[in-house]
Amino acid sequence: METLEFSFASQPLPGAGPPAIRGVVGSGNLEVLIVAAPKDAACHVTVHTSARGFRDIWHAVLEAFATRHPVGQLDVTINDMGATPAVVTLRLEQTLAAFAEGSP
Amino acid sequence: MTARPAVQRAWDDRVRDRSLRLGRVALVLGARLRGKTVAAADVVTLLEAVIESRDRVCLEGNNQKQADFLAEALAACNPERVHDLHLVQSVLALPSHIELFERGIARRVDFSFSGPQATHLARLVQARKIEIGAIHTYLELFGRYFIDLTPHVCLIAAQAADAAGNLYTGPNTEDTPAIVEATAFRNGIVIAQVNEVLTTLPRVDIPADWIDFVVPAPRPNHIEPLFTRDPAQITEIQVLMAMMAIKGIYAEYGVQRLNHGIGFDTAAIELLLPTFAADLGLKGKICAHWALNPHPTLIPAIESGFVESVHSFGSEVGMEAYVAARPDVFFTGRDGSLRSNRALCQTAGLYACDMFIGSTLQIDLAGNSSTATLGRIAGFGGAPNMGSDARGRRHATPAWLKAGRERSGTAPCARGQKLVVQTVETFREHMQPAFVERLDAWALMEDMGMALPPIMIYGDDVTHIVTEEGIANLLLCRSSEEREQAIRGVAGFTPVGRKRDRRAVENLRDRGVIRRAEDLGIDARLATRDLLAARSIKDLVRWSGGLYDPPPRFRNW
Repeated sequence: METLEFSFASQPLPGAGPPAIRGVVGSGNLEVLIVAAPKDAACHVTVHTSARGFRDIWHAVLEAFATRHPVGQLDVTINDMGATPAVVTLRLEQTLAAFAEGSP
Repeated sequence: MTARPAVQRAWDDRVRDRSLRLGRVALVLGARLRGKTVAAADVVTLLEAVIESRDRVCLEGNNQKQADFLAEALAACNPERVHDLHLVQSVLALPSHIELFERGIARRVDFSFSGPQATHLARLVQARKIEIGAIHTYLELFGRYFIDLTPHVCLIAAQAADAAGNLYTGPNTEDTPAIVEATAFRNGIVIAQVNEVLTTLPRVDIPADWIDFVVPAPRPNHIEPLFTRDPAQITEIQVLMAMMAIKGIYAEYGVQRLNHGIGFDTAAIELLLPTFAADLGLKGKICAHWALNPHPTLIPAIESGFVESVHSFGSEVGMEAYVAARPDVFFTGRDGSLRSNRALCQTAGLYACDMFIGSTLQIDLAGNSSTATLGRIAGFGGAPNMGSDARGRRHATPAWLKAGRERSGTAPCARGQKLVVQTVETFREHMQPAFVERLDAWALMEDMGMALPPIMIYGDDVTHIVTEEGIANLLLCRSSEEREQAIRGVAGFTPVGRKRDRRAVENLRDRGVIRRAEDLGIDARLATRDLLAARSIKDLVRWSGGLYDPPPRFRNW
């Protein structure tokens, strides 16, 4: 296992609701948890991953996500079992949509 | 009138050679030869009498049925009597095929595909135990059977024979007609292994006077269920890519005549036809006519009324009863069972289809795609023919014309263009990038001393690349630089994708050369497995009304 921490400046998401969780921790898959964290303007991401040595790609994937969507003042926790960047991106989008709609 | 220099020679050497060989068989088998029938116990004796060293021999087999009993018999021949054969055949797929080279019975091979023996084959090349003439497509090799690689002897597989030697191949006719035609009509010798001998055949697939010997095999010939894809293994990303392909390519061009590759990406498309595509109002507008094996994952689309016709290269284990119950859709004999024909279906795919879509392992910056990996010589099969624009084609269809016009730009459009689509997730398993600066095929070429890198589909034939990041339409690219940026622009977070020129990619997106899911009006978050018309093999059985009978390995209930 490897734990990676990232912070990205991003526009704040208006109207913080209850935490949202999507996905499963299974082979080639991941779980994403989004929680409101209004203390800080940035988006903080913690990644627990079974695949070591991909910090660079995680950074690129998460940075693109934080650029595309307003995710400031959010904490994102990821439990990953070797998901590809395609799956990570899709799951982030799904979780953010659930968070914005207020559906846990 | 001038005297013409006459060649002094006999003109029937081959006829007499054939008689000699048949005479040897009569001599060694004596009364044990009953008409054309040879007992399984005598098969090695038969082969040693018929085959001469350095003959060109075709052992029938492809990615589905295999003349495996005859292959083992040939491998059991005495290498002092039979050696240095030149094999000319679709596949090197069985351990017995490899054994032929290890024992020195065969020396040289011209083939198409090696699949499961790809690693062994590479080792044989490095040990100098094999000479590879060339790696062909199926259709190309069949062509050479009639020009410069005609077999002296062919060893084929059929379901049944009658006493006269007529053959019934059942649904898996596959390569047999092409092989037998070339061999029998150039005075070669045709030997068939059959699963059973019947008084009356359900139908005649190969007439008796093209056949010399029939060997009832002690066990049925091997058939691999290669085209069965369990819907349970289709991922959300494959669903997303299938949605983009359907909306951005199938609907856009009105693709009615097509071939699908073998993977889960295209299985996902088949399973979205009755759901996503039907909701878009595409029934009757896309996917009516297919050059395709009877894919179990096509059952829901057939049952939903999308599909008018399917012609097949071969059959698929478990689909027999379903196919026989749908004669309006499939090509069937008077006996009701499927009639497949690889050579003719390849021709149909090449000349009569407007689109090929399939997956690959690597794509380079010119769009060349390859499934070659280091240390493996896997070959091509049929993909390069399906995945290429037939420059001999002259008939027009809306899809073909639209693609041709896009390629022509402002110049007058004098020819259409087949749609050749590669669909890949940007990273494969174990984070292997699908997009690369240099294909492994080049290194394999150098390692193996090949004349050419084994490229499956050439970049100038590829029209679209679909990834989870979007669709790149290469027809609209006006320079090699644009093409490179279009490819980088859908290559995701691979090193190739991250080296994109962002401004150039945004410009291509503005021009519609690159289209993201949102540009196509697709909400990626809705890409879930719930959209699949069947989510398991059991669902497919249900769609078929119980007619589909999956092989045991796919039954998990």
